[in-house]
Amino acid sequence: MKYYRSHVLVCVDPECLKKGAHDVMDAFQDELVAQGLIDEVQVLETSRIGGCDHGPELMVYPEGVHYTNLTPDDMPFLVEEHFLKGRIAQKFVAEEKAFTDEELSAPTAKEIRVVLRNCGKIDPENIEDYIAEDGYQALGKVLTENTPEQVIETVLNSGLKGRGGAGFPTGKKWEFCRASKETPKYVICNADEGDPGAFMNRRVLEGDPHSVIEGMIIAAYAIGSNQGYVYCRAEYPIAVKTLRIAINQARSMGLLGKNILGSGFDFDLEVRMGAGAFVCGEETALMASIEGNRGEPRPRPPFPAVKGLFAKPSNINNVETYANIPQIILRGADWYASMGTEKSKGTKTFALAGDVKHTGLIEIPFGLTLREIVYDVGGGIKDDKKFKAVQTGGPMGGCLPEAYLDLPVDYEAITKAGSIMGSGGLVIMDEDTCMVDIARFFMDFTQDESCGKCTPCRVGTRRILEILERICAGKGKPDDIETLEYLCAQIREDSLCGLGQGSPNPVVTTLKHFRDEYEAHIFEKRCPAKVCKALIRYEIIDGICTGCTVCARNCPVGAISGERRQTHVIDPDICVRCGICKQVCNFNAIVIN
Amino acid sequence: MSTIKSLDDLKRAKEEALKKRELKATSGAAQVIVGMGTCGIAAGARDTMKAILETIEQDSITGVIVTQTGCIGLCEREPIVQVIIGEQPKVTYGKVTPEVARKIMKEHVKAGKIVSNNVINL
Repeated sequence: MKYYRSHVLVCVDPECLKKGAHDVMDAFQDELVAQGLIDEVQVLETSRIGGCDHGPELMVYPEGVHYTNLTPDDMPFLVEEHFLKGRIAQKFVAEEKAFTDEELSAPTAKEIRVVLRNCGKIDPENIEDYIAEDGYQALGKVLTENTPEQVIETVLNSGLKGRGGAGFPTGKKWEFCRASKETPKYVICNADEGDPGAFMNRRVLEGDPHSVIEGMIIAAYAIGSNQGYVYCRAEYPIAVKTLRIAINQARSMGLLGKNILGSGFDFDLEVRMGAGAFVCGEETALMASIEGNRGEPRPRPPFPAVKGLFAKPSNINNVETYANIPQIILRGADWYASMGTEKSKGTKTFALAGDVKHTGLIEIPFGLTLREIVYDVGGGIKDDKKFKAVQTGGPMGGCLPEAYLDLPVDYEAITKAGSIMGSGGLVIMDEDTCMVDIARFFMDFTQDESCGKCTPCRVGTRRILEILERICAGKGKPDDIETLEYLCAQIREDSLCGLGQGSPNPVVTTLKHFRDEYEAHIFEKRCPAKVCKALIRYEIIDGICTGCTVCARNCPVGAISGERRQTHVIDPDICVRCGICKQVCNFNAIVIN
Repeated sequence: MSTIKSLDDLKRAKEEALKKRELKATSGAAQVIVGMGTCGIAAGARDTMKAILETIEQDSITGVIVTQTGCIGLCEREPIVQVIIGEQPKVTYGKVTPEVARKIMKEHVKAGKIVSNNVINL
């Protein structure tokens, strides 16, 4: 076989041919002949190299240099530079768009993946894949090298706080539970993720279930427990399935069960499914549900660490908290504590939803500002509209306006701003969002999910919802705002559990930051964002309307009348504000007033 | 799968798993990985998976390992399919409808030609 020092691939896909790939190739070969290099360089036709947007293009091996946007006239220079002088002709080099792992798993440099490090990388239904990624090494280290007290100390030093939302230091929780004398003790994983638009836990369970299992075994060793439960909502069938497969695999390999890794430590796990009540994400209600009772919260103290599941000491943590544990053990508390802010250490996963360009899941270190999250990680607001507000922490969280965009995201700062971290839902809203309507939406959710055990939550949320519905319908009364504030304060003070106490948050924060919108609805009977149907009117602009009749033909209620080639008119009494006419109009002649 | 009774067993298991992975890469076999988290399935990953398996059968494509994985965080671009051929870098495709999946199988997996229109470039 003939030996070539260099191989040049030329893309001859139809797109590149159209742009003159063959001409470039001929010119290239002529130039090779002219400069006496034809015996050293092999030219081959190939298909797509990078993407024919920048064709004609060449790929030069062994250097792996990719030249794009070439013309036959460029060839003498290119051949002389690259093949004669051995210098890469920078001006033709493609902007590298390699499809590397790193780029995908960390779409922006601002992300750090600890909890999500294996998600989308390993096969969740194959334990070997997890073991290959250092899986169960932390467990091995803990069982052979550490006492339970040392494990707790490591977790304490890492600064890890409960990722379920309240942000209680995990190490402290474990310490309390270890200190409880009564046995047996239980380890529980709260996988009852119910916030609208939040799916961080689901992804970990579906993509890397073993990290949660390993975290739970380590927790069990630390507090002295031999039985664990994962409480997962039934709406996550795939998460439950992968988790069950993972538990079975871990059990058959001896990583769950009796005498784990020959250490004499026993631990086993079961999955319990929730029937879909939002309140069961509250720890006392969750434990009641595991016991087979009605999922209702009870007053604390006693805290679960003293009297939890089956009235025994129990440790309950969120999925994300457990998934952090193996990495903290393996890489050390100092490594974990080096990420984040002074009081909030490590990383946090967020579900980005709403009017942002790139929706999906992200994992960032604490301390990034909301602006960085929305604009750098999320790519900005869809359709380049204006940012209006962000709802953090799900339905129990609060709406933060533009003024808070430079707020660094950590537990302390978010709480100080009047919202909560929650489990990590971030709903981004653009200028077309009506804040009264948003408050009504979240209130509708919480009043629906109120378990009904305590009166402030059961009755109070209902009353608030009624008032908000009335305001949105254009029937607000002058004293509604005061009544709302009174109700919110009462519910917050007097409710039994976090659901009730947090439920007024969306109303309180929107009242604080967007009071003018409430006032516009109540006093001017106007919805500034043009969302509330009772307060808007669709109108056809005279002069722009061509009388094409498209809107009249598409109106489902026959509210539009007019002669062909004459300006049409919408009858506001018949119109149901469905917006179809605006969508179908080809001339943008329909406006909302 | 053997049971792991000690730390040494665990180390051995890790080495074996890594070796298996290496083998997959050096044998030149193609790995097709379909994102089958809830987001993927909601976006139609099951149909995509079906189309991939059908194409393998119809075109008698050999040396392909089809596996699944969870969500990689780009839910808006689901269904996502990742293709690794031998030791080449991983190529990630987004919005892979059954038609695109068939195209990927025929052009990329079978003929080594990347279907650039659907490649996720970040």
